Amino acid sequence: MLEFIVPALNLKAILPQITLALTALTVLLVDVFAGKEGKTSLGALSLTGVAFALIALFMNRGSFEAAYAGMLMADGFGFFITLVVGCVVFLTILVSMNYERICPSIKSGEYYCLLLFAAFGMSFMGNAGNLIMVFVALETMSISIYVLAGFKREDGKSIESALKYFLLGAFASGFLLYGFALVYGASGTLDIVKLGNFFTANPLMLHHPMVLGGVALMTVGFGFKVAMFPFHMWTPDVYEGAPSVVTGFMATGVKAAAFAALIRVFFVAFGAMQVDWTAIMWLAAFLTMTIGNVVAISQTSIKRMLAYSSIAHAGYILVAFVVGSEVARSAVLFYLMGYAFTNIGAFAVVSAMGRKDEEFNDLADFSGVGFKYPFLGMMMTIFMFSMAGIPPAAGFMGKFFIFSEAIKGGYIWLAIFGVINSVISLYYYLGVIVRMYFREPERELNIIAPAGTLVAALSLAAFGVLQMGIFPSYIWELARESAKMIM
Amino acid sequence: MNQLGFPLISFVTFFPIFGVLILMFIDKEAKDTLRGTAMVFAVIEFFISLPLLFSFQNGTAAMQFVERYQWLESAGLSYFVGLDGISIWIILLATFLTPVCVLCSWTYIEKRVKEFMICLLLLETAMIGALVSLDMILFYIFWELMLIPMYLLIGVWGGDNRIYAAVKFFIYTAAGSVFMLLSIFFLYYLNHKYTGIWTFDLLELYKLDIPVSTQFWLCLSFFVSFAIKVPMFPLHTWLPDAHVQAPTAGSVILAGVLLKMGTYGFIRFAIPLFPYASSQFTPVVVCLAVIGIIYGALVAMIQPDMKKLVAYSSVSHLGYVMLGIFAFNLQGVEGGIYQMLNHGISTGALFLIVGMLYERRHTRMIKDFGGIAKVMPIFATFFMIATLSSIAVPGTNGFVGEFMILVGAFRSFPIYAVFATSGAILGALYMLWMYQRVMFQPLDKEENKKLKDLNAREIVTLLPLALLVFVMGFFPGYFLRKMDASCEHFLKNYQQKVAYYENREGNHAAKIAAVLEQDQVRTAVVD
Repeated sequence: MLEFIVPALNLKAILPQITLALTALTVLLVDVFAGKEGKTSLGALSLTGVAFALIALFMNRGSFEAAYAGMLMADGFGFFITLVVGCVVFLTILVSMNYERICPSIKSGEYYCLLLFAAFGMSFMGNAGNLIMVFVALETMSISIYVLAGFKREDGKSIESALKYFLLGAFASGFLLYGFALVYGASGTLDIVKLGNFFTANPLMLHHPMVLGGVALMTVGFGFKVAMFPFHMWTPDVYEGAPSVVTGFMATGVKAAAFAALIRVFFVAFGAMQVDWTAIMWLAAFLTMTIGNVVAISQTSIKRMLAYSSIAHAGYILVAFVVGSEVARSAVLFYLMGYAFTNIGAFAVVSAMGRKDEEFNDLADFSGVGFKYPFLGMMMTIFMFSMAGIPPAAGFMGKFFIFSEAIKGGYIWLAIFGVINSVISLYYYLGVIVRMYFREPERELNIIAPAGTLVAALSLAAFGVLQMGIFPSYIWELARESAKMIM
Repeated sequence: MNQLGFPLISFVTFFPIFGVLILMFIDKEAKDTLRGTAMVFAVIEFFISLPLLFSFQNGTAAMQFVERYQWLESAGLSYFVGLDGISIWIILLATFLTPVCVLCSWTYIEKRVKEFMICLLLLETAMIGALVSLDMILFYIFWELMLIPMYLLIGVWGGDNRIYAAVKFFIYTAAGSVFMLLSIFFLYYLNHKYTGIWTFDLLELYKLDIPVSTQFWLCLSFFVSFAIKVPMFPLHTWLPDAHVQAPTAGSVILAGVLLKMGTYGFIRFAIPLFPYASSQFTPVVVCLAVIGIIYGALVAMIQPDMKKLVAYSSVSHLGYVMLGIFAFNLQGVEGGIYQMLNHGISTGALFLIVGMLYERRHTRMIKDFGGIAKVMPIFATFFMIATLSSIAVPGTNGFVGEFMILVGAFRSFPIYAVFATSGAILGALYMLWMYQRVMFQPLDKEENKKLKDLNAREIVTLLPLALLVFVMGFFPGYFLRKMDASCEHFLKNYQQKVAYYENREGNHAAKIAAVLEQDQVRTAVVD
């Protein structure tokens, strides 16, 4: 008889991701079999799944092991990224349940299924221990998001956004993959940890043209996903066309996942090369934040404005990336978390500004909203102040950690440019508040009253923002612990 | 923990927040309930801040009522608050002016009363928080937090050009303060370099021995940030806009407390942290202060708008405060702090008075008035008291402050003091001229003949201020005694540090000279 040995599967290490994937499949099945009434429960079902995934995630807290022959790193760093992604997808689903009434086409199993699969991909990007794994996770995430961006099927802009993102994204993936291939050619391995060991053992290989080319191409690929200058051009168009909820999801989740992969690959595999990339990244950080902020000033659509602002925030995170110390990496994690709450919240308010099949995305539409819809107004105010980095919001603490690390690391000019950028950004974030509170409404909006789920999502996001701003210690210590535990 | 065994400072700081929470649950249409609730909280707040004064120990320069809790241990953040003779009076000024502001807005603010009162109480918390913080980041947080409610006060309840004024106010102040934030980080980093401890504790950072060239840049960023807030010439341009557009209560708080944050910042942070650089900057600061005094007075003189006139007079008065502080002697510094309080009271009263006229006539132009004293005798009396206080007539509080500042200035730099004295004359000129044009002269405008005199609420609003003018004018000793120890400590510390740095720099310079000389000798030998 043939002996068949079942390999010991380390299910616990990927339990959160399994939960997400199973939920996604269940949602799809329920959608098919449950008929019309069943569709209303899809959101709730997805929420439950995410909640279970988060529980499973916390059961894994503190684990520090390589699973599946090094394909997967169940370490603190991955834990934190999965936590961010979990919060992002949880809030996104809550907001979507309200958004269904404005944009009925998202009320389908595919939508929630794709959201969950995207989250699944994001989470694996944070945990990937092998370049192939990074790529597969990235594609799982990206393909789901290409479809999500085009979910407003009757809207030309949405379709355009999806197509644009898909075409450019495909190129970026190509660059990334080519980069991996070159690195593999030079080193003979795709395992991130082994790559690190290889370059420590053979430092001369670091300046081999194939490695340099590979790293450059990888920078392009990751730079595209995090919207780093000069690969940021797609952001405003895609963000503007995609359904508001999806934009919020993209701006936070994709960014978190891409930064996670970027940090893991660059610091673990190419850590020895840090001196070489610092100068380039310095410039990229400076240009990314400056261009994002300066162009955001002149926007008239709130979604485009937030798109440029998200470029600027990528720039701030890149500052910490340049600094590169362990505390700076914790600052990245902290910032990603704070930014996730802030940005999802802001896009949730944007998504609530509409009635059936009609959305009000002009900045001018925000005139007078503050007093007409006090709850939305107050929430938006909190999120705008957080983005601008005004205390006591998460954005302030995030910038506090990043810029104090920059000073510690000796990057004084970068810190100076960073705060100058914060001042520039004040102008357009305040502009939203000016419109909401200081101006009279320009036209009757009659937006539909926010559903309970939206109120819950906004309250949670605002709670997260203020909690991280006033009592940052819990998340900060978590981020510190997570950044230490990178394999 | 502290002499009371009770976290009184925290209680005083966060008590208005309770008020905010309660206001949130009151129906926005119940305007009188809202006003009443806010008033009750503001008055209680004032009374619970009084024990700070009564339990205050005069003889010591140490921080009192200290509370300290860990906040973010790994980053060295702590919740560390306390007060000393420098801040105690400004804190009391803040708790004193808030009920006045609620009262003066009773009928002035008719729309969105709820949000207005919430902003006012939030502002109170932020102001007190900034004044008691002894952790740099905590200070920075409250410092920025002050901007938000003030920004809303100007932007929502302000005049026609309010958006411009509000945005200008916010961006000016925030732009200055972010550089201060970077400097704080740098101090934090230096402290770790020298002592190995990560901390933002101000009292620890005082002890740092900062290299002179670094000190220059750090000091510059602190100076700019505070100078914007004061505001010092030429960074004052946001002030007239903000004052003119703000509602009366906003102007009172802005003039009364917010501007004091700038001068307080110099005494508490900039000078003790960077004594040597401060001493190097002194000529510049003093020169700008004197320019501010004269320029503010001259510009005030030609203003057709009463409120703008008072706003420019602030620039002039704050110039005195800066002059006093940078005289670096006891009279100057105490006079400067005293003048901060005076300015809060007299300018606060003037803004209230202008606001009361505006409420009646909906104009602030001087030419629209004339002969008002005949129809509003009680009003005329209060206006006179505020005017006299503002021009520092003996017997009023203004005299004590200005006199001490000028005495201090004459001891340190007589020539500047001569110029500054001319500001006092100009001050009398523009204030009395305005008083004359508004209150005397023939009552020739129809609308002015029907003006009603002050009602009971308005009298209650102005009376405490008028009384304080005389109390502070006749009994300055009580107020100054509380400051003595802290001011002496501040000066002693400053002088010692400057001497230390000068000595070191001197040695350094002497060494360089010696080396150069040797070189010359050597080249001479070779030749």
